[in-house]
Amino acid sequence: MAIGRQPLRPAADVGLLQRPTWTEGLVSWLTTVDHKRLGLLYIWTSFMFMGFASIEAFLIRLQLAAPGNTLLSPDVYNQMFTMHGVTMVFLAIMPLGTGFANYFVPLMIGARDLAFPRLNAFGYWIYAAGGLFLYSSFLLGGAPDAGWFAYAPLTSLSNNPGNGTDFYMIGLLIGGIGTLVTAMNLIVTIFSMRAPGMTMMRLPVFVWMMLVTSFLIVFAFPPLTIALLQIIMDRTFGTLFYVPEAGGLPILWQHLFWIFGHPEVYIIILPAFGVISEVIPTFSRKPLFGYPVMILSGIFIGFMGFAVWSHHMFTTGLGPVANTAFSITSFVIGIPTGVKVFNWLGTMWGGAIRFTTSMYYAMAFLFNFVLGGITGIMLAMPPFDAQANSTYFVVAHFHYVMGGGALFAFFAGVYYWFPKFTGRMMNDRLGKVAFWFFFIGFNIIFMPQHFAGLMGMPRRIQTFEAGIGLELVNLISTAGTFVMLAGILLILANVIQGFRAPKTAGNDPWDARTLEWKTTSPPQHHNFDEQPIALDRDALWAEKYPEHAHPDDASAYEGMDFDQGGIHMPGQSWYPFAMAVGILVASYGILFHNFVLAAIMGVFVVVTTYGWAFEGVGGHHVHPNKTATEGAHD
Amino acid sequence: MQTHRWLRPAGLLSLLALGLSGCEFAGPQSIFDTAGPIAEAQRDLFVWSYQLSWIVVIGVFGVMGYVIWRFRQRKGSDAIPKQFHGNTALEIWLTIIPVIIVIAVAVPTVRTIFATETRVVPDEDAVIVNVTGYQWWWRFEYPELGIVTANELVIPTDRQVVVNLDSADVLHSFWVPRLAGKRDMIPNQNNQLHFTADEPGEYYGQCAELCLGAHAYMKFRVIATDDAEFDAWATSFQEAADRTVQADPQIQQGEALFATKGCATCHTIDGYRDDVRVGTPDFPNLTNFGLRNTIAAAVVDNTQANLEQWLRDPQSIKPGNRMPAVWDTNDPNADEEIAAVAAYLRSLGVEPATQTQASIGANHGDR
Repeated sequence: MAIGRQPLRPAADVGLLQRPTWTEGLVSWLTTVDHKRLGLLYIWTSFMFMGFASIEAFLIRLQLAAPGNTLLSPDVYNQMFTMHGVTMVFLAIMPLGTGFANYFVPLMIGARDLAFPRLNAFGYWIYAAGGLFLYSSFLLGGAPDAGWFAYAPLTSLSNNPGNGTDFYMIGLLIGGIGTLVTAMNLIVTIFSMRAPGMTMMRLPVFVWMMLVTSFLIVFAFPPLTIALLQIIMDRTFGTLFYVPEAGGLPILWQHLFWIFGHPEVYIIILPAFGVISEVIPTFSRKPLFGYPVMILSGIFIGFMGFAVWSHHMFTTGLGPVANTAFSITSFVIGIPTGVKVFNWLGTMWGGAIRFTTSMYYAMAFLFNFVLGGITGIMLAMPPFDAQANSTYFVVAHFHYVMGGGALFAFFAGVYYWFPKFTGRMMNDRLGKVAFWFFFIGFNIIFMPQHFAGLMGMPRRIQTFEAGIGLELVNLISTAGTFVMLAGILLILANVIQGFRAPKTAGNDPWDARTLEWKTTSPPQHHNFDEQPIALDRDALWAEKYPEHAHPDDASAYEGMDFDQGGIHMPGQSWYPFAMAVGILVASYGILFHNFVLAAIMGVFVVVTTYGWAFEGVGGHHVHPNKTATEGAHD
Repeated sequence: MQTHRWLRPAGLLSLLALGLSGCEFAGPQSIFDTAGPIAEAQRDLFVWSYQLSWIVVIGVFGVMGYVIWRFRQRKGSDAIPKQFHGNTALEIWLTIIPVIIVIAVAVPTVRTIFATETRVVPDEDAVIVNVTGYQWWWRFEYPELGIVTANELVIPTDRQVVVNLDSADVLHSFWVPRLAGKRDMIPNQNNQLHFTADEPGEYYGQCAELCLGAHAYMKFRVIATDDAEFDAWATSFQEAADRTVQADPQIQQGEALFATKGCATCHTIDGYRDDVRVGTPDFPNLTNFGLRNTIAAAVVDNTQANLEQWLRDPQSIKPGNRMPAVWDTNDPNADEEIAAVAAYLRSLGVEPATQTQASIGANHGDR
């Protein structure tokens, strides 16, 4: 990819707003198109929402500490677990993966930004708008309360007259736009902006997993969008898609939701697999074991993710034939997943493993994820699912894969990449102390929940009966939250300490293998002074230790000037932010049936689209290797 | 899944050996404490998968522990390990192992699916019950016996029970863990579940699909009796319309209040005064209420005190439910009238001499 080889055309100059050039302050963040800044915004925002979701979880566990507790009324309790689930899935863990992808996909493939920088900014702002919209429900009449999968007809106007459900439907709809455009952006970036020599089979596994994830998003979100629109139509305009009295079939919602919802699970876990596949090789000082198999099993998992949705619906009476089919497809997914676990162990085998905090989290990921995978296979057996479905056994299962799996993997990523983000090192000893609280607390909370489910405790109940064997397991589980809370506070201390540590990290503190470690920490705006070239799979490793790799002959690239004419950096823009604000306000208009406001904002969105389209090329060139930098604006 | 029955003691032992929660696994709502063939097959399948999972746990965590210990970087050593990328033969084997485990789970799974989930034509002597879920109670209709009741499903032991599941509002799920796994109750969809109780007893049931409000309190009981007792119970319902109110003046007062305080607007009692139209099908039918073990959808036991509290302040027993508090808190007659209505309801279906015995189920209500 030769950036800036062609001379730039002059700007069309029909823009409504000047391209801003702030480099510092609030405006620079509102108008940024830098993938690294947007990545950090994603990460910070998702941690903020994770904090909200943790408070909700804490209240849930306090309510369930003892039978007959009255801390939370049923109505508030329903809002708590609904918002906990919605937040963790849509506003915390999934965008955390997107944040890492934003920051590291361009760095790992040796690019200067994503393919569509303004679209990327729009993706972030519309995600933030969706989160803000959802959380404003607490102040505007009550949060959604029908569970994160919001089964019809609990969401119909007659069964749920408050506007919490509208917040859920419209919030997910606008948040989904951001997810979708970012996925398309990543696909184009990965296919078209790789560094010279970076063939597909040399891509870092994290990039591969983000590619698979992005395709999953593109195919999985449309069914959700349809289902959301149907409910919005039902509630706003009185259509009858899911109204049983009018012949509506509530089961259709479940099919549409889970055709999205199961791939969504992989949309969360595949980036986590990617992070683990970067962390383990680096700290084992060995290449990933079975790279092609890792890639293929990731693709296979993604593909099969669309063929298992009804395993969430085994108890809805699909009949033995359908249940058998979806049971078998679900079992089949266990095979590539098992292969991945073996390959991570194979990567460590024969290595020289450094147990940093990041590696601790990676090992905890393996532990938790294997346990969650085992209970996943159990739940894929419809006869057992008939007992365990919708009980705390399921709650334990998905917390082991989503929390103990994906979240622990992302924590491994945070500890791994913190020096790259900041140039500073986190305190490893404090990190490990925090880890043990976090890990042990997690297991104290969720291990007993398996038994609560087997003892007959349904999920989503605001209280449970005394004397049927549920007191102890719930009390232990609640006690675990305090241990995990201590872990969270120590991690926060660890992060604060990290930000105050001196900038001693250097480019490559872990002796890592991939290209993001080739540049400065934090990376400069244009990522690389010189276009990196991938001569082998672990491109940086091959450059550092050619005798321990099989690099291509570098002479093939000799004399090529990939940054001819300078590195083109995209210009900032107001439009992504403005468009997101327009959609946010329009959403309130639709929610409160103020269609005049919605129409005005609709026009505003069209105007921002126009401004965006004709804003002109913008941007400037940097010439890091020339003594004088010509900030040639056009 | 008869073949794995021998594994059961070992399985339960290893479950206990795991002992992570330190609790016992018997319980009125435990999936382990089975009392019928459906729940037993489901439990056995779980135990089989649980035992297989130990192979995975020991294998994976064993290798993981070994690798962590054996290949940790030694102090002072900075040597770069051999950079191998894979091992085709090993990778093929590592794919075959999960395939074998999956097959070992899949075969009994499919057999159990067809054994437990196939829609049945009811046996000749089967008891058929149409179950309708309401927010937040259960309507049980025995179409062949002409009985409609609520929240307590009385069945004979050793006879097939076929329940046809429907919902009047949102989704619910019918679940009696000791007898059978759950089946969802979905409007406009005829779901069926069948099971058999092996022994007399009182089995706990609970709604297992979020239905908001008092979802946590949407419970019920299945009371299994022998054939003779079941027939007596059914006859008692069929004759309920012909019975007269007991002579006790308090009960007589309660009977009158049942209409004047508005209870009869919603609740049906078979044979309640021919000139008064009582109840609608969308509220719990209270015929033979005195035979019930529990009130408020199995939330509390059917005692005089509990019933009085339920009538006085329904929200205090079952937060979120839709039963109105009929008496003002400062109504001077409230205590007397509530006691009378409770006494009347508890007299329904009960012979005066046996009125102190709560109900027939009390004999089995030891769980």
